[in-house]
Amino acid sequence: MDKTDWIGRDVVSMRDFSKEDIEFVLDVAEALEDELGKKGSLDYARGKILATLFYEPSTRTRLSFESAMHRLGGSVIGFSSASSSSVKKGESLADTIRTVERYSDVIVLRHPLDGAARLAAEVASVPVINAGDGSNQHPTQTLLDLYTIRRAFGRIDGLTIGLLGDLKYGRTVHSLAEALAFYDVELYLISPEILRMPRHIVEELREMGVEVHESTNLEETVPKLDLLYVTRIQRERFPDEEEYMKVRGSYQVNAAVLRNAKESLKVMHPLPRVDEIHPEVDGTGHALYFDQVFSGIPVRMALLGLTLGVL
Amino acid sequence: MAPQNLKVEVISEGTVIDHIPRGNWLKVVEILGLTESNSGTLLIASNVPSKKLGRKDIVKIEGRHLTEEEVNKIALIAPKATVNIVEDYRIVEKFTVEVPDFVEGILRCPNPRCVSNHEAVSPKFHVVSRDPLKLRCHYCERTVEGDDILKNL
Repeated sequence: MDKTDWIGRDVVSMRDFSKEDIEFVLDVAEALEDELGKKGSLDYARGKILATLFYEPSTRTRLSFESAMHRLGGSVIGFSSASSSSVKKGESLADTIRTVERYSDVIVLRHPLDGAARLAAEVASVPVINAGDGSNQHPTQTLLDLYTIRRAFGRIDGLTIGLLGDLKYGRTVHSLAEALAFYDVELYLISPEILRMPRHIVEELREMGVEVHESTNLEETVPKLDLLYVTRIQRERFPDEEEYMKVRGSYQVNAAVLRNAKESLKVMHPLPRVDEIHPEVDGTGHALYFDQVFSGIPVRMALLGLTLGVL
Repeated sequence: MAPQNLKVEVISEGTVIDHIPRGNWLKVVEILGLTESNSGTLLIASNVPSKKLGRKDIVKIEGRHLTEEEVNKIALIAPKATVNIVEDYRIVEKFTVEVPDFVEGILRCPNPRCVSNHEAVSPKFHVVSRDPLKLRCHYCERTVEGDDILKNL
């Protein structure tokens, strides 16, 4: 595989990624991070325009895509809510895409409907990068998670990883688990009974040779882990309030929970957090979640640069 | 002994769809749009003993030959169906329905949040497994199986 294979490619779903693809993107991201560290700024994307179409609010994803494009020397146009665009007048997604592709060289899309990015990619002649389509996929989050793990441990193979929180509705943990299945890892799935990982995903992981354990007990599991990936229990994904109230605040990662953890344990979280990780963890050697935020820059620089064909 | 298919009158010209899972004949008729008054005589046999299926349904359509696209449509509810094209009381063509790798425009995605239910786009599905039949929406990536396939045809 080389960089030319990526020119014009869409980044819609982790399902489209092979292990080789993942490793390639992470390698390019690592090289860009090093180069950026040495030079301060780069100019690979000079003269190129990124359009960020955010139909749903986001802090990290939109800002890090925009920052990544600026770091590559390119420029950015776009909107950050549907109400400030023609969508409010009833324009279809396909028409918006056909318009915006004439103003830009690459499109980053976040949309509330499942499958919106796939449709946009079919319509657009410029590459489309999915920044979250409803409850379906958020592939750049998965890639930056893998990048963070590789940077922190120097490897992904051989790690024992716990996924904690809403494993039923959380798209982040679904696609992370599926990507981790490419590696030699042992997974602990820790959640309240009613928020267990969907059966078909657990089966798929086992079929791919991953040793999967399921537990409701965080404290018992923590000592076994090299990495604990924490997610927020998302109120907006619950069909009814009562179910949400039952599991709200089920788990909190704090100093007491981490008392028996390995010294080298790292804790990740895609953020925003509510109360799943106590701020007292922030200053410890376990906290990796702010480094994880930074990973968004090199990984998104790599994807923008590769799909634009400027690297 | 008379062969099974003689339980229903022989047709001179048309299509015989055999090996439909028991109880699905009405769905087949609906999917093929055979309920229109101008679509020819239909002969139905239901709950017929079958070596392959235990019990099966048979639909005979007088004066109509199925196209490949129509065959794909019934493949989703009758994946083991065999289709016989009859001319002048003789079977001139016989083929087995095959579930294609990719299904377009036949069934709607059951996920109300799927973009295919909101934009002017033809719904598309990848066939993940044939037995049992399992499809994955090309857009929202949800899998559809069992009754959810039947309900959304």
